[in-house]
Amino acid sequence: MTAQVSTQIYEGGFSDPVFGSQTVFRAVMDAMANPGRVIDLGQLTQAPAPLEPAAGAVLAALADYDTPLCFEAQNNADAAAWLTFHTGAPVTADRANAAFAVLVSRSAVGTWSDFAIGTSSFPDRSTTLLLPVEDLRSGKRLTLNGPGIEHAADIAPAGLPEGFASAMGENAKLFPLGFDLLLVCGSELIALPRTTRIMEN
Amino acid sequence: MTGTDALPAYNFAYLDEQTKRMIRRAILKAIAIPGYQVPFASREMPMPYGWGTGGVQVTASVLGPDDVLKVIDQGADDTTNAVSIRAFFAKVADVATTTKTTEATIIQTRHRIPETPLEAGQILVYQVPIPEPLRFLEPRETETRVMHGLEEYGLMHVKLYEDIAQHGHIATTYAYPVKVEDRYVMDPSPVPKFDNPKMHCSPALQLFGAGREKRIYALPPFTDVVSLDFEDHPFAIQRFEAHCALCDARNVYLDEVVTDDRGGRMFVCSDTDHCETRRTEGHRGTGLPQTEGGETASTSREAAE
Amino acid sequence: MYVAVKGGEAAINNAHRLMADRRRGDRNVPGLTIEQIAGQLALAVDRVMAEGSLYDPDLAAMAVRQARGDLIEAIFLLRAYRTTLPRFNNSTPIDTATMRIERRVSATYKDIPGGQLLGPTFDYTHRLIDPAMTEDGPVEPGHRRPVESDACAPRVTDILNGEGLIEPDVFSNAEPSDLTREPTEYPVDRDLRLQALARGDEGFLLALGYSTQRGYGRTHPFVGEIRIGMVDVEIDMPELGFAVTVGSVRVTECQMVSQFKGSAGVKPRFTRGYGLVFGHSERKAMAMSLVDRALRADEFDEQRLAPAQDEEFVLEHCDNVQSTGFVEHLKLPHYVDFQAELDLLRQLHEDTTTATIDDDQAPLSEAAQ
Repeated sequence: MTAQVSTQIYEGGFSDPVFGSQTVFRAVMDAMANPGRVIDLGQLTQAPAPLEPAAGAVLAALADYDTPLCFEAQNNADAAAWLTFHTGAPVTADRANAAFAVLVSRSAVGTWSDFAIGTSSFPDRSTTLLLPVEDLRSGKRLTLNGPGIEHAADIAPAGLPEGFASAMGENAKLFPLGFDLLLVCGSELIALPRTTRIMEN
Repeated sequence: MTGTDALPAYNFAYLDEQTKRMIRRAILKAIAIPGYQVPFASREMPMPYGWGTGGVQVTASVLGPDDVLKVIDQGADDTTNAVSIRAFFAKVADVATTTKTTEATIIQTRHRIPETPLEAGQILVYQVPIPEPLRFLEPRETETRVMHGLEEYGLMHVKLYEDIAQHGHIATTYAYPVKVEDRYVMDPSPVPKFDNPKMHCSPALQLFGAGREKRIYALPPFTDVVSLDFEDHPFAIQRFEAHCALCDARNVYLDEVVTDDRGGRMFVCSDTDHCETRRTEGHRGTGLPQTEGGETASTSREAAE
Repeated sequence: MYVAVKGGEAAINNAHRLMADRRRGDRNVPGLTIEQIAGQLALAVDRVMAEGSLYDPDLAAMAVRQARGDLIEAIFLLRAYRTTLPRFNNSTPIDTATMRIERRVSATYKDIPGGQLLGPTFDYTHRLIDPAMTEDGPVEPGHRRPVESDACAPRVTDILNGEGLIEPDVFSNAEPSDLTREPTEYPVDRDLRLQALARGDEGFLLALGYSTQRGYGRTHPFVGEIRIGMVDVEIDMPELGFAVTVGSVRVTECQMVSQFKGSAGVKPRFTRGYGLVFGHSERKAMAMSLVDRALRADEFDEQRLAPAQDEEFVLEHCDNVQSTGFVEHLKLPHYVDFQAELDLLRQLHEDTTTATIDDDQAPLSEAAQ
């Protein structure tokens, strides 16, 4: 596998790791604190395909030796090598042990229950999922409420997996356990933490 | 070690990047599980445990070069520890600082929430000594962790009710426990219960850091925060009869200042920015002489900064 | 007229300036040098390194000077520096069997292979204040024995283990836990406990170790062996395929041979308490080994009744940087909370007065204020 990895993996990290990762973290924190808000992470990193730029930036800012990464796609060699080179994060196939998981577009929601949802004593030990979508604004309207949302927030991502809303509903029912999810598209993302309740209109 | 070549050099905002990443991940999980205390590998900081090491680590991990930082202790910007922490960040992060609540993007606090309502986009970072609300009922972490897991909070209600039986009141006046999103009982840090209602559905993001106890927790904006109480003994905040002697403010938290040894006392705003802003707007309390002497008093407070 | 009695930057700066002045003391007396502290107050420096968990005698000596001899303050200085250091590598376990021994005593055997070696000890000094300490008179050099090429000083516990009379050492290649990098989750394993104890406050561990001797978690201890000396620190170099020595450190090791224990299928044998501390620090190593053994109560089905056997209690309170911070933080302003308490107390007084005037009137609730 390593033999086929291109030299691309050595490039595209933060040109200023201290301020670059701070900028991305603050944007992700803003997204998590305000579920449903579309947040642009900018172009501080250039991750190899098929990693969405936003997913690459989130992981470059937050992953390291302590956070096993899981890739759902098979064609992830470049992306995995890029992340390991820039962050030191180990790649794992063990979903229950992954701190972050990069899903494929239209990932099968039925398999998401393999990811860590934490334990009653440590609900924080759960996977953060990064789900690529086609677009964050032109899809069917979903209404959100929960912490971080004053009354209700609308999102309209396009290209969601089959059964997305009900899978997220099941996840919310597990609270305080559950995974947290980021919808990524281009350099933008929307956070859907486990507390967010989603209603199809 | 020889000479100055090995003298310490520190990263932006003091903490190394790996530590910041670890704390940032803890903050994100804390936001995803409001009121739950996320364990984190707290670092030794260059100020003592108890001085705000948890708040400092949270602020250091969140802070960027464009932020404007305000630090208060007991509501005041000019208390020694607030001055010291503000100077620390001005030095290690070269960040802009302010005493104005409305100008700050990040406010680190010990024991108070500003009187001026916070706005969306602002971050309030609390310094927390004992993050576990059940700690004084059950000293063991192994036990309290299970109690949170099972949502077993009966002991807390028993304690509050025993107060009522004994004193006719709930005898908790600060660090008054709250329930978050109807799930976790949370310690609001030792703010007076006067400030508890400000936590409920605040548009600001509230982050809590406990360094010695190695816990981070959070309240996202617009989160339900309810002070524990009973139907026949509803939660109520402190009410002061007095107005601020400097700015005449009512319905604010007041510090009692002993003026002599014969029972003389006056009350002044605990929130110095709120008080100064009101005086700038022309409000005057009864404690200020209606002469130029009054100006001397207010100027000397600012000069002490 | 009201003038707030509050501190400020000027007050802090003035306090620091005065503190520096007091630290320097009489300017007619030469200032202390780092060499003097490291060389002549070496045991203070050793304690700072041990509890600061950073082996650097010069830096520890600087910290002692900066802290005006307040060792907990010096430990804190070293810890706050240590926490910012990047980690390049982990050493392989040090091998105390190959220690260049300066002192070695056993209380369990009269003579042992390699011999008993008193070394630089206070043990048999008479504690009479020595007038020679007022001046800098000549001091004779110590006697040094020639190093024998076949010198061999096996650990006493290895000798006992050869006969199957003591529980064997547990070998493990697992990466040890690190309480400075991961939040502690109880119950913890022995590796993490030993780390906490090695960094723990000497006075606290001494008192706990003492309490086990007085019946609060008794373990019937014998000093199998104490050895002090230099050991090499090696790191594995995967590129080279072998370990290389990166330096050497002075350590004190105490193996406490404790209460024997047997069970179905296992013949009774002695158990171990272990202490290992940076520098020359016998008291700390001994106290640590007593507390280590006491904390192993569960392993030997002993009832946990005494403070020294209580893992969460010992580990949460043995760190003097944490303890001193939280105790001393009480001097920070708390007037907001005190005001809240005053307010309630006055309310309770009012309630009592009201109740006395009119017994039928129910106590006022806070909402009615």
